[in-house]
Amino acid sequence: MSAETAQNARGSGGASLFSDQRFRSLFFQALVIGLLGAFLVFIVYNTAHNIEKRGIQTGFAFLDAAAGYDIAISPFMEYTATHTHGRVFLVGLFNTLLVSFLGIIAATFLGVFLGVLRLSPNWLVSRIVYCYVEFTRNVPLLLQILLWYAIFLALPAVKQSITMFNDIIILNKRGLIVPEPLPGDGFMLVPVALVLALFASIFFARWAKKTQAATGKIYPVFMTNTAMIIGLPLLAFAVTGFPLDFAYAELKGFNFKGGVVIKPEFTALWFALSLYTAAFISETVRAGIQSVSHGQTEASEALGLRPSWTMRLIILPQALRVIIPPMTSQYLNLTKNSSLAVAIGYPDIVQSFGGVTLNQTGQAIEVIFITMLVYLTISLLISGFMNWYNNRVSLVER
Amino acid sequence: MKFGKVLFAAAAATAMTTAAQAGTLDDIKARGELNCGVATPLPGFAAPNAENVWEGLDVDVCRAVAAAVLGDPMKVKITPTTSKERFTVLQSGEIDLLARNTTWTLSRDVNLGFEFVGVNYYDGQGFLVNKSLGVSSATELDGASVCVQTGTTTELNLADYFRAQGMKYETVPVATAEEGAKVYDEGRCDVYTTDASGLYSLRSTLSAPDEQIVLPEIISKEPLGPLVRHGDQQWGDIARWTLNAMIIAEELGVSSANIDEMASSTNPSVLRLIGAEGNMGEQLGLDAKWAYNVVKTVGNYGESFKRNLTDTLNIERGINAQWKDGGLLYAPPMR
Repeated sequence: MSAETAQNARGSGGASLFSDQRFRSLFFQALVIGLLGAFLVFIVYNTAHNIEKRGIQTGFAFLDAAAGYDIAISPFMEYTATHTHGRVFLVGLFNTLLVSFLGIIAATFLGVFLGVLRLSPNWLVSRIVYCYVEFTRNVPLLLQILLWYAIFLALPAVKQSITMFNDIIILNKRGLIVPEPLPGDGFMLVPVALVLALFASIFFARWAKKTQAATGKIYPVFMTNTAMIIGLPLLAFAVTGFPLDFAYAELKGFNFKGGVVIKPEFTALWFALSLYTAAFISETVRAGIQSVSHGQTEASEALGLRPSWTMRLIILPQALRVIIPPMTSQYLNLTKNSSLAVAIGYPDIVQSFGGVTLNQTGQAIEVIFITMLVYLTISLLISGFMNWYNNRVSLVER
Repeated sequence: MKFGKVLFAAAAATAMTTAAQAGTLDDIKARGELNCGVATPLPGFAAPNAENVWEGLDVDVCRAVAAAVLGDPMKVKITPTTSKERFTVLQSGEIDLLARNTTWTLSRDVNLGFEFVGVNYYDGQGFLVNKSLGVSSATELDGASVCVQTGTTTELNLADYFRAQGMKYETVPVATAEEGAKVYDEGRCDVYTTDASGLYSLRSTLSAPDEQIVLPEIISKEPLGPLVRHGDQQWGDIARWTLNAMIIAEELGVSSANIDEMASSTNPSVLRLIGAEGNMGEQLGLDAKWAYNVVKTVGNYGESFKRNLTDTLNIERGINAQWKDGGLLYAPPMR
């Protein structure tokens, strides 16, 4: 304060308000905000003006108009060309979510597995993983997607399909075809049993932890819960008399009819996204594990803990602290990278809604705006969830 | 000084708005170059030749407009566009003219804010299949996988056709004709569908062109033509009458080879075309010899068609013949 007053004193006599530091900073901030505001107003005005001048239609009415084109992949809802552009949006959104979700799961498992292998004392194993990581993360993702697509298109043609297990599973360049499950009467009991088993395992895990804290007695939580989660639905399935039929695919005309087709566009995108992101995740996991000093392991062994316990109780909780934040970015990257689907025609939101709908309706601003909002929402949700998880696993510092 | 900055920004903003309103013709003359959007390589319509110079029926429209406006058919900056991005590129002003085998439809004319200036190729959608499938009609395509370029009227016609026929199909979307050719060649789809001219063009790029047949059914009307943005009528007129000049030149028998002898013609229509009579150029805001330049350097419509489509792809004139030869080409009189 005193320095400022001194400055004011020196700059007095109406020389300039600019010698006042507070005024100066306020002035520049106001100026920057004003310029930014003026710029935004100009952009909005200019866009609206030009759209009007060229007679381009605006508004969101197109969402209710019939789309008129077909979409190859729509696993969660019925879609035909007579449905609306609004429906196209949902189909595209679900396709994006599907490939991102499965990609995140696969990348996480593979990434953690590779990260641990990378630290293996076995020279060959760790070198192989090293080569995989360096190769995968240094080749652009788009090329990897195209590579996988080319590989799947190099499979045999429809008439020369590879068949497995007595023609039950069929593989050709149009995709992998598996029997379609047709649940019969009473099948609903199976998912109900699964949900029950899940609740029971959570309850048992909590109870076991409490009991251990109170009495020191340890229960085989993992084995019991696995048995429950697998066993209970199986039991329900058996009790209701195996009410599940399968529709098998048959070669009719150009293609196989019936069954569930997993298309090469989806598989190529999923493989490429998972393998690419797994390479980054494995490095994150390796760094996380290495960040825990070796003394911790030695101390744990000295206390007589088993190696698996050392990993689970000593190393992982400390490593996760380091692992979670970069992992969040990887998940966000994977989700956003899924928009490269456009290159091979997988109908995600950018290919279908942000591409074809944009083109058929010509309403670029509205469509791009909605598409951007979708990615923003998905990203914020992922990052919100990961922040919550990060808070849970972070060490409580005393 | 700070206020000077604000003023400068405001001035720049105003300048940008006014620039967007200025005449396209003046912009091109000032630039000395026409920005023209064409197809990503589609042999016959727009593709670079061995010397990397773009050629084709659509490219000739670009060159003709450049010849009319700037007197030189080579003063064109060619921008290849995919079917998806073509409209945005034109709307945003990145190109002045889009000559990219684009179908003239009501919603494109009205909703997208464009102005189609004519038709330079009357086309219709067809199907290309491999002979080995033993298909002889499009009505036998139930259950087939169909490759189609996204964001096209083709995609909509395809859905309509199969729905009307009560048949099912698997759509395999591709972004460009080149990519489509690759995927079709690989056998990802049984059928490739696009405008018939595009099918002939695509067939020439496949690994075994003789193994492919185009099915007899033509399922749509596809009048393909160049288009400009709404809002600059003068520019639209120039593009429209450049195309008409090429068509009229053929009708009058004026070609790049004989146009210099035509100065002694007694036909007033010919004299108006080559600028020896009347003030057509002045009315359009162009040089009096604008149409002369077009025909002299690019040729008339028939020459362009023969050079780009008949000689290389064996495409017949068909309905694209002059009206007096039983075709659909009919340019309004230039007077």
